[in-house]
Amino acid sequence: MTEKLETVSPKFTRDPEAQNLNAGSSHGDTPMGNSSVKLAAEHLNFFYGSFQALHDVNLAVKERQVTALIGPSGCGKSTFLRTLNRISETIRHTRIDGRVLLDGADILNMDVTALRRRVGMVFQRPNPFPKSIYENIAYGVRVNGLTKDRSLDEVVEQSLHRAALWEEVKDKLHQSALALSGGQQQRLCIARALAVDPEVLLLDEPCSALDPIATAKIEDLLFVLKNQCTIVIVTHNMQQAARVADDTGFFLLGKLIEFGATEAMFRKPAQKQTEDYITGRFG
Amino acid sequence: MATQPATLSPSSERSFLQRIRSGDAVAHTLTGMAASTILAVTILLAYHLWSGSSLPRSAFGWSFVTGSDWDPVAEKFGALPFIFGTLTTSLLSLLIAVPVGLGAAIFLAELAPRGASDALTFMIELLAAVPSVIYGLLGIFLLVPFLQSTLVPVLVSTLGFLPIFQGQFFGVSVFSAGIILAIMIVPFIISVSREVLLAVPQDQREAALALGSTKWESTWKIVVPYAMRGIMGSVFLALARALGETMAVTMVIGNKPQIATSLLAPGYSIAAVIANEFAEATGNMHQQVLIELGLVLFALTVLINGAARLLILSTKAGGK
Repeated sequence: MTEKLETVSPKFTRDPEAQNLNAGSSHGDTPMGNSSVKLAAEHLNFFYGSFQALHDVNLAVKERQVTALIGPSGCGKSTFLRTLNRISETIRHTRIDGRVLLDGADILNMDVTALRRRVGMVFQRPNPFPKSIYENIAYGVRVNGLTKDRSLDEVVEQSLHRAALWEEVKDKLHQSALALSGGQQQRLCIARALAVDPEVLLLDEPCSALDPIATAKIEDLLFVLKNQCTIVIVTHNMQQAARVADDTGFFLLGKLIEFGATEAMFRKPAQKQTEDYITGRFG
Repeated sequence: MATQPATLSPSSERSFLQRIRSGDAVAHTLTGMAASTILAVTILLAYHLWSGSSLPRSAFGWSFVTGSDWDPVAEKFGALPFIFGTLTTSLLSLLIAVPVGLGAAIFLAELAPRGASDALTFMIELLAAVPSVIYGLLGIFLLVPFLQSTLVPVLVSTLGFLPIFQGQFFGVSVFSAGIILAIMIVPFIISVSREVLLAVPQDQREAALALGSTKWESTWKIVVPYAMRGIMGSVFLALARALGETMAVTMVIGNKPQIATSLLAPGYSIAAVIANEFAEATGNMHQQVLIELGLVLFALTVLINGAARLLILSTKAGGK
């Protein structure tokens, strides 16, 4: 896999044909279970100043699957997720070492705004803008200038449908997003991220501030969304990983201890540390 | 000696003395008294300004604020030129100070390295503490010569077709006063706006950046609107200072009670005329007229601050 990926020019391009060069990672006709790699970290190290938060992480996220990252607090799973769209760069004195390939192209060489349009993110706490529901979704569409083909109204409606929020908010699109419940706000944040049509959606413990019912709604949503884009979710909750993820990675102290199919990992973990964690002996 | 310590019976209420010692009652009384001084000062001030100006109020009525003749010797008192001067210099100073102050605040809060930002902020807070008479000297010795030799000739040759940039320029003018005021209020706008911008939650910036915004788009379209109420607060704080500023304005405005279309002409402000004439006001009428001018300035400040508060309250946190 790695060899094939390396043959592709690491230059970012929006040309779909250039993406097709890349060993079958084009959208659409990839059969399930045999997905190609969408996003791959290779020998990834990450530093906060002199503190090394990630040690030589190698991980391949398959297209149109849900990949969960689990591990105890401070294990580096969120740090890893935040390197995937380079939002980690907003913190000063951080350094990425190694490569992250999106469709075979190194994201460190890409224009960062173009990268982030392709790789969307939903955060731990719902963080809607203090604007109307409509404006929350319209924002990303506007800054990316994506309203040439479709009207903004259409994009807003479609995004809210995709985030399973339309029925609840269709009559109050122009009211403040802050009046929504926490779970609705988080689905609004998902809708906001989906509005710019990302190829990958990163979710950083999206349910940690939500009640079980709101959590269930988001999990249901992930099952639908994975038919449309590739999902990477960091979660504190192992049951959640077991429920939603095709692949799971277990992080401990900045290292990726184990990575593989979720079912296999939870049934028969290969590493002792993984077993200890998922059986609740620590963490 | 047989009395038991109160602590042994937890159900018993604490005695009055104990509650006094615990500090709650004392703190409540003391802080309450401190707060009530604000009310007392406001009421005293308004009462004194009102009762101290009864003579001209009954003699001139509303024509005091609409008249524009000012001749203390002939006992002709019209306050309009001063009201005009106060409002024009304040508005002019805001026109200059708001863009500069907001721009600097954005730079310091969002773009500059933290160390440089803190160092600059320290200097800005120092500037805010400089006495106004020093700014007046700055105006006389630096600003006015600069305006005369450089800025005004350029303005007249480029924008001279505008009525506000016509006529003879003597150095001291409404224009000079507005610029000095701008220099004086910019530090307020910067330091308060910077604090407000820094208080915007990081997750708002991250949300905007994660959608593919540039740094500037995230700053201008998300962070600044989020902080808009606080920024407006800083502007009105600055406006309040500009309206009442006395010393620096007196030194550069020209002290001529007239209403001129041109900003380059001299003018006069309410605070300046009170300061200039109070010591020489011998007649009862003249003195009371100056007190009434104080009342006008007080009312103006209350009105503008009230309007500002309404405007801030009607602005949602998102700036819409």
